[in-house]
Amino acid sequence: MSHFINNKSEQVDKSNTDDAYTLGPLQVGLPCCMPEPLIRVDNLSLHYGLKPALEDVSLDIYKGCITALIGPSGCGKTSFLSVLNRLTDLIPDCRISGNVHYDTMDLRHPALDVQRLRRDIGMIFQKPVPFPLSIRRNIELPLREHGMSKQAGLNDVVQQVLQDVGLWEEVKNRLESPALALSGGQQQRLCIARALALQPKVLLMDEPCSALDPISSGVVEDLIQRLRGKYTVVIVTHNLAQARRIANYAGFFWIKDQRAGCLIEFGQCKQIFEAPVHELTAAYVNGSRG
Amino acid sequence: MVKNALTTLLIWLTAILVSGVFVWLLADIIIHGLPKLSWSFLVETPKNAGRSGGIGPIIVSTLLILGVAMVTAIPLSLATAVLLSEFTRHDSVFGRLVRRSLDVLAGVPSIVFGLFGNAVFCIYLGLGFSILSGGLTLACMVLPLLIRTAEEGLQAAPNEYRLASAALGMSRSATLVHLLLPAATPALVAGLMLGVGRAIAETAALIFTSGYVDRMPDSLFDSGRALSVHIYDLSMNVAGGDASAYSSALVLILLLLMINSIALSLANQWLHRSVVTA
Repeated sequence: MSHFINNKSEQVDKSNTDDAYTLGPLQVGLPCCMPEPLIRVDNLSLHYGLKPALEDVSLDIYKGCITALIGPSGCGKTSFLSVLNRLTDLIPDCRISGNVHYDTMDLRHPALDVQRLRRDIGMIFQKPVPFPLSIRRNIELPLREHGMSKQAGLNDVVQQVLQDVGLWEEVKNRLESPALALSGGQQQRLCIARALALQPKVLLMDEPCSALDPISSGVVEDLIQRLRGKYTVVIVTHNLAQARRIANYAGFFWIKDQRAGCLIEFGQCKQIFEAPVHELTAAYVNGSRG
Repeated sequence: MVKNALTTLLIWLTAILVSGVFVWLLADIIIHGLPKLSWSFLVETPKNAGRSGGIGPIIVSTLLILGVAMVTAIPLSLATAVLLSEFTRHDSVFGRLVRRSLDVLAGVPSIVFGLFGNAVFCIYLGLGFSILSGGLTLACMVLPLLIRTAEEGLQAAPNEYRLASAALGMSRSATLVHLLLPAATPALVAGLMLGVGRAIAETAALIFTSGYVDRMPDSLFDSGRALSVHIYDLSMNVAGGDASAYSSALVLILLLLMINSIALSLANQWLHRSVVTA
């Protein structure tokens, strides 16, 4: 058994060497010394029908940083993410109030070009969702839809993003084989590559590691750390240790009065974990509640 | 213990009974139909009210009627299914109304479709007893079946595809064409086969609409006799026509098997291509 584990971790060490990725070396700690808000959320409330899901959330997402959203299930973290790329449009009966600005754009403006917005703000889901197509087609399909049609250009992008997520060496000889044949961790990295191919500014990640085994989870976590600085990442996670390891900022959500989720505390990750202001936050990060 | 054995016995008996009926039916048709079946039977025109000669024109009429029915019904049903599944909310009044109507329509006896087709296509639209009238009537008849199976196929496509595709900024039509329809293809093909089976076996509705002239049709506006009508006529109205009726029934079954296997292999090929190549 122990031999098996050693064997596995060796493999990971090999694939984790920095030259497998083109996103640059792993960054740990806080490079965001000059926080500049990219997304500003003011007094956001969200209802599904009559049921409130989020109440009065205000926070800033800082450019180039990793922002982790933590809190128990059902407190509206995923709903919050869906507001940011307008995926809430797909949910009937979903009502939103408050102000959400991305850069200078009003995200709630009815005339907003949603398809354009979703190119800028990509999303990764909890369960990897590779399309039932070949690995290459998974990346090419959205690009073609956005008007890129030259095969040579497409090939370059496919190689570039697969290198970015450290998947190129693993799949370069089988780009035409079905994406569903990849392992869970590879599928999730393919999904990240697919999102990166559209050159987004922001990546929303909804528990991207929780459906993966610990080893794949570690690989994806490294990848997320490499995205820091180049992309703005908002990640929902139930893994507090992970949030603590990778995030610059953290927001703690809680269900208030058995009703709606709300933001209890937001601040630098270090402060949220080491010196939380609110007693609920302290209880949650210490593991005595939630 | 005894109870268990009894249950097992009962289950086996029903299974044997069901497959026995099917085997008996098939054997009966093959035993009685095979002797008369030959190439000339397939291509010659019927003589002496079908007692001798072949069924060439009847096969052609059958395929034409089926062709008209499917060419009309497939695009209509696909469009309706897409509307119901992707562009209306599942619990909307409109969706519920359409679904309920379709379910009622699916249960309407075919003779009623025949009368309706006769009134609308033959008389009101002036198409007369023709292959076109018959085909259109059959299209009306199989539409509910095709729509409901296609809709269920689309609904069964994983919702994650819709979300992930939208999150990549892809349009709903692109999602539909590249992801949802391929995912629904097995269901679409299954529905199509059921529809073809129902259409090719239809007798009552066709007597009123495409008529039973057994000459080779010149155009879609000619009357044409379908295989099922031919079988009905031979066994009911023509003394001594039983042998030809059996052979025609065998041809009908073979035709159905052939169409089904072609549809299946086409769908497989298409699916394979959409998955693997760029």
